[in-house]
Amino acid sequence: MTTPNTAKSKTPFIDGQNITVTFPARKTALFARKSYITALNDVSISVYKGQSLAIVGESGSGKSTLIKALFGLQRIDRGSVSFDGRPVLSKGRQRWLRARSGIIFQDPYSSLDPRMSIGASISEPLEALKIPGSHDALVQEILSKLELPEDTLSRYPDEFSGGQRQRIAIARALVHSPEVLVGDEPVSALDVLVRRRIIDLLATLRQEMGLTMISVTHDLGIVPDIAERVLVLQHGRVVEEGSVAQIFTDPQNSYTRSLITALPRIPKF
Amino acid sequence: MSALPLKVSNLSVSIDDKKLLHEVSFDVAAGERVGFIGGSGSGKTLTALAISGLLPESAKITGSVKLDGKELIGLNESELAQIRGELVGMVFQEPKVALNPLRKLGNQMTEALDAHYTLTRKQRHEAALNLAVRVGLKEPSRITNAYPHEVSGGQRQRAAIAAAISANPGLLLADEPTTALDVTVQQGVIELFRELTTDGSSSLVFITHDLAVLTQIVERIYVFHEGKIVESGSVAEITTRPISRVAKELILAAESETTNKLLEAASFLNEPWEKS
Repeated sequence: MTTPNTAKSKTPFIDGQNITVTFPARKTALFARKSYITALNDVSISVYKGQSLAIVGESGSGKSTLIKALFGLQRIDRGSVSFDGRPVLSKGRQRWLRARSGIIFQDPYSSLDPRMSIGASISEPLEALKIPGSHDALVQEILSKLELPEDTLSRYPDEFSGGQRQRIAIARALVHSPEVLVGDEPVSALDVLVRRRIIDLLATLRQEMGLTMISVTHDLGIVPDIAERVLVLQHGRVVEEGSVAQIFTDPQNSYTRSLITALPRIPKF
Repeated sequence: MSALPLKVSNLSVSIDDKKLLHEVSFDVAAGERVGFIGGSGSGKTLTALAISGLLPESAKITGSVKLDGKELIGLNESELAQIRGELVGMVFQEPKVALNPLRKLGNQMTEALDAHYTLTRKQRHEAALNLAVRVGLKEPSRITNAYPHEVSGGQRQRAAIAAAISANPGLLLADEPTTALDVTVQQGVIELFRELTTDGSSSLVFITHDLAVLTQIVERIYVFHEGKIVESGSVAEITTRPISRVAKELILAAESETTNKLLEAASFLNEPWEKS
């Protein structure tokens, strides 16, 4: 993926410094002392405007917690987060932040309300954010960007396949023209035959809308198609950060190496 | 038990008058490793369930499934139960579901063995330890004494594989056994499947949606789409000269050109990735 020239500014657009997050651990005995699990340990992350960063890690690495922390959805014990120079407080996704960002989740089955028509689902963020102007026009615009037919609006989530639902979820995340698109395992739950199309779609939307992107994934194989920078997390710590080219061709950390070595590849015949 | 051949002819399955599997035919030679690939709803899992007699009673099955020449379609539940475990071992995607949360892993690993040969407590305990070693579980005595929730996802899948192979079945059916695992754990489980079937002691049907994973394990591939087999061939044939649109899309899905270029430039992966 090429870097749009907006990625030149010097101050980070999204900036997390020394983030530490702990969760209370389950007690092992009735009178055992309360203990804590450290989900994120002194993690710093900077994303510049127009850039696309992938956060990579295996289960329990803290990658989803980090995304939540960056958007005020997770209380942090130590550290700070800012968005375009403005501090992000951990008390829910504040409205100004919601207006400037959109999030897509792994499972398009649970991220859409089954009782809401697609039209109502897509325009809901516009109403919640009190976006001025014609909401219908904005909905139409995003619909055509995602190549969704117009009759989509009056239908309900259960009438669509997984790939179509993820398209709808992306439309909902982008309808208010945010500057940042966040994807939490955006293609992991999708059928293998539609995964590639959604990855290509995300790349196109990024170019067209000039989006800054942060994606969380356990699948290193898709990273070069969605990002140009990578942050590798293991047990809540950043073990390596770099450009996609550097991480893939010359990883410095042994864990990063093992992740790349473990990628199954089709043999050459 | 030595490896058993499987011959499936014109297998069709309908559930609630809806035909989900359409005249599927394929062969697995004794000791051969065969892969099923396809998207969701392609019929690959349904085929495996039909072979192992695990479809709901409401399912209408026609056609023939012959394991070592013996017809399995039409057998009653107790005859099928006898075959499962002893002749056919099964591994599924999610070991958390396949394993009973309330029983120790060692007991579950030796369940099929105990059902088919009556063992003393001591024999069963020893068998569990041996199986744990065979599936590459470090700390065999801790793991055999643990409950499923006390071990990691990779260890649980290894324990489920141990349960499937305990009675040395002649055919192993594995349905997406690496899909829920982290990539570094997946690599180990792929190795294990190769080891367990490399000496021809068991035939293997390995089901997955990931072509790259499949090429690490099997010799021959059947491509499923909308309840039919649309293409079959050796790993080399399918990956270099795919005919069907589905096979081509599965290749595109399994490897990205951008990623491949980077990996080819990665000198630390100094030896080319070849199938061993």
